[in-house]
Amino acid sequence: MNVEATSALKACAPADYKSDVKPVWCPGCGDYSVLLAMQKAFAELGTPPEKIALITGIGCSSRIASYTTCYGFHGVHGRALALGTGVKIARPDLTVVVAGGDGDGFSIGGNHFMHACRRNPDLTYIVMDNQVYGMTKGQPSPTTDPEWQSALAPGGTGIRPFHPLVIALASGANFVARCFSGDPNGTAQTLVEAIRHPGFSFVQILSPCVTFRPEQKEWRKVVHPAPVEATDDPARAARRIMSDDNFNIGILYRGSRPPYRPKQSETRIAVADLEREFTT
Amino acid sequence: MPANSQQGTQSVSVALVGSGGAGVMTAGTILLDAAAKAGWYGLMTRSVGPQIRGGESAALLRLSTAPVECHGDSFDVLIAVDWQNFTRFAKEVPLSAHSVVLADPAAGAPPAAVADIGLQIVDVPMQELLKKIAGGRPNMLALGLAAMVLGIPEDVVAKVVERRLGKKGGEALDSSLQSVAAGRAAAPGLDGRFALAPAADATAPRWLMSGNQAAGLGALRGGVRFVAAYPITPATEVLEWMAPRLTKLGGALVQAEDELASINMIIGSSFSGVPSLTATSGPGYSLMSESIGLAVAAEVPIVVVNVMRGGPSTGIATKSEQADLNIAVYGLHGDAPHVVVAPTSIGDCAVTSQWAVHLAEKLQTPAIVLSDQFLGQAQAVLSPPLDTGEGPDRLINAAPMASSARYEVTESGVSPMPVPGVAGGQYISESLTHNIRGRPSTLADDHLAQIEKRQRKLSSFDFGARWADIEGDGPIAIISWGSCCAPIREAMSLLNGGGKDLRFIALRLLSPVQPERMAQALRGVERALIIEQSHSGQLYRYLRAHYDLPKDTMCYHRPGPLAFTPGEIRDQIARMQ
Repeated sequence: MNVEATSALKACAPADYKSDVKPVWCPGCGDYSVLLAMQKAFAELGTPPEKIALITGIGCSSRIASYTTCYGFHGVHGRALALGTGVKIARPDLTVVVAGGDGDGFSIGGNHFMHACRRNPDLTYIVMDNQVYGMTKGQPSPTTDPEWQSALAPGGTGIRPFHPLVIALASGANFVARCFSGDPNGTAQTLVEAIRHPGFSFVQILSPCVTFRPEQKEWRKVVHPAPVEATDDPARAARRIMSDDNFNIGILYRGSRPPYRPKQSETRIAVADLEREFTT
Repeated sequence: MPANSQQGTQSVSVALVGSGGAGVMTAGTILLDAAAKAGWYGLMTRSVGPQIRGGESAALLRLSTAPVECHGDSFDVLIAVDWQNFTRFAKEVPLSAHSVVLADPAAGAPPAAVADIGLQIVDVPMQELLKKIAGGRPNMLALGLAAMVLGIPEDVVAKVVERRLGKKGGEALDSSLQSVAAGRAAAPGLDGRFALAPAADATAPRWLMSGNQAAGLGALRGGVRFVAAYPITPATEVLEWMAPRLTKLGGALVQAEDELASINMIIGSSFSGVPSLTATSGPGYSLMSESIGLAVAAEVPIVVVNVMRGGPSTGIATKSEQADLNIAVYGLHGDAPHVVVAPTSIGDCAVTSQWAVHLAEKLQTPAIVLSDQFLGQAQAVLSPPLDTGEGPDRLINAAPMASSARYEVTESGVSPMPVPGVAGGQYISESLTHNIRGRPSTLADDHLAQIEKRQRKLSSFDFGARWADIEGDGPIAIISWGSCCAPIREAMSLLNGGGKDLRFIALRLLSPVQPERMAQALRGVERALIIEQSHSGQLYRYLRAHYDLPKDTMCYHRPGPLAFTPGEIRDQIARMQ
C-alpha cells in the first residue's frame, strides 16, 4: 500500500471547499450550517480539498459530500464508518472525515459505530443528529424521545433514546464533543480540534430538522457551553454527560490512546518468496 | 480398485480414522508430505464434525503416480485408531469387498457398516504395541502402518516427522519416531498390492497446498494488498494464510466486526487506490450483497472469494456444495453487471483468483470467485500453479483536469479513475444514479447512459481463452465447474476408448456469459451432459437460459455434502454413449 499523492500546499478559503451542487435540504435545515462549519474548519486546517476524503452513508445529512470539493464517497445506508476505515488504513496520508445522520450512524450502522470507537482509526466522525429520519419523511430514530408521535409509531416508540456520547466513551472513542449547528463558528473550531486529535474523534452536532421536528428550532434557546473543561478521564466524562441536559456544547473528552494502524513487518519479501513454503 | 501392475499400483486410497484429538489429521498431513517428497502426487481431505475438539475425524487420502484431485469410488485401506463416531462419516469412506481394514481389536469390533461388507480385517494390537513406548502415539503408529503398506520409504517419513514435529522437543519426537517404527514393523504384507508404482516424473517440481492457500497466493500475485474479512468456515484459511504474508508485502489484513464492515472496508481501500479483497462463505456473502451492488454502481474494483458450503442458511459449514451460483450471478438488486469466475481445480484457485483481481481492476467492478469447500480445504500435491503475470492494471486518471468526469461515457465503458490525493480529480464515488460527473441524478437519460456504460465494460471486453478449459472434441459434451471437474476428468479416462467420443468444457467464467465462445466450443456436439452439485440444477438452468445448448441436453445434479466420485460420473456418461 504505497499509493500516495503529493500536492503543493496553498492557502485555502472556506469557499474553496464548496461545490456548485445545490443541496436537497429544506430551507432552514441545520445541515447548511454544518456544511459551512466544515468548510471553515478545512480552511483553517489548510488541508487542500484533494487531501480530504469525506465519506458518508445515506440520509439527508449524508448528502453533504456532494456539496464539497473534496474526494467523497456516498455509500450505502449505515456503512460509512467501514468505508472510511478502509480509506484511512489504505491511505494514512489522507484526512478522513466520515459524516451522516443519527439513523445512519446509530441504528443501521450502530455496530460499526461501536467498533470504530474501539478500533480508534485516525478519523473524525460527524453525526448530524436531528432525532428523526428526514429523507423517509418523519420516522423515529434511536435518539428520538419515546413519546414523539409519528405515523410509523403512533403513541410514540416507548423506547428509551440511545446515548451516543456515552456509548462512544464506553467503546473507546479518543475525542468526544457536542456541537450545535446554529453556531457554525464554534462548530468549526471543535471540528478543527477533532480532526487534529489523533485517533477516532466523535462529534455529535445537534442539527435541527425544521420540517419534521419544527420544535427543534427552540434548541437555539437551550443550548449552552459546557461549564467545565474537557477531561482526559473517560469515567468523569461519562458521568458528566449522563447527568447533563443533553444541550451541553463543547469538547467533553480528550483521550490519549494511540490510533489504530495495522501491524507493520520489519522484514519485507516479494510475492515470489512465498512460493518456497509450498515446495516439497 | 487400484490398477495393479508388476511395479505396483498407480493410485491408492487410504482413510485414517479416529475420534477428534487422536491426531489422524497430523498423521495424514505427514503421509501426504512424505509421499510428495518420495515423488508421488496426492490429495487429502478431512471429514470433521462441527465440534471444536472431540467428535468425528477422518483423514482421507489418495496417493497416485499422476496428479489426482478427487477420491476414488472406494477406499483401499482403512486404518482405525478407534471406531468412535465412525457411523457419522461412514458414507464419506466407502469400502468394498477388496478393501482392507487395519484395526486394534482392543478398540472393539468394527461397526456393522464395515464388518458386513465382507472385507479383510487385519488385527493390529496398537494399544499393546504403544505400551512399550514411553509417550507412544496412536496416530504415529497408524502413520507407520500406512507408510509401510503404501511403500513410502522409511527415511522420507522420518524426515517429515522430524521437520513437522521437531519443535515439540526431543522426547515427543523420539516417541513419535518409535511409534512410526512400531507401525511399520506391525504392518501386514498384503502381497504388496497397495504399494505405489514410481511416478513417471518423480523429479518434476511439486507443491503441497490447499485451494484456500492457492486462492490467497493468486490474489497476492494479482496485486491485492488489503483484505478485510470476518471469520467463517470454510474460508478462514484464505484469511489466516494471507494475514502474516500481507504484512510482509507492505499490505494489511483487518478483521472486521462483520461482513457488512469487511465488504465496505475493502470498497473504501480500493477507492483509495489499493487492490482489495475479502473472502467469505454463503452466509457472509448474503450479508455483503447490498454493498457488492454499491461497488457495481460506484465502479470500485473489488474481489470477493466465496468458498461455498452446504446451504441454505447456516447449512453445513464444514462440507461442500455448489448452490451459490444463483446468488453470485443474480443476487444483486437492480441491473448490476459484475464478474463471476470459478476455479476448475485446487491449483487453479491461484490462477482464477489472480485473474479475478485483474478483471476487477481492469473493469472497475466486483469480481466474485466461487470456490467451494472441497477445493478450498483439500490439500493436494500438485504441479506448481502458473503465475499468469497479470497485475491490477487499473485505468488511472493520473493528471486529472477540471473537465475530467469520473463516470465519463467511453467506448469501452471503462472511465479513468482519479486517485484521492491528486488535485483536480476530486469526485464523489456515488451509490445514487449519477451523471458523468458523479452527481446524483434522477434523469432517465443519465440512468440509461450509466447502466449501458457499466454493461459495456463487460460485454465489450475480450475475456480470451481462459473462459473455459476445453478437453477433447467428441460429439458428447460434458459441461461442469468447480470441484466436479476432477472426478469428471477421471471418469472420462475410465471409459472405453479413453472417452474419445467426449469433450469436456470446464467453465471458469460464469458471468458475463460468452455465447459466441460457447457456440464455438459446442460445434459438432450432438448431446450434452451438465454435471453439478446443487439440488435445483442451478448451473443447468443458468446455461439453458443463456446458451444455445443441444436439444438433447441432460443434467446430473444432486446436493452436497458427498463429493462426486469418478465411477458415479462414469455411469452417468455411459448412459449418454
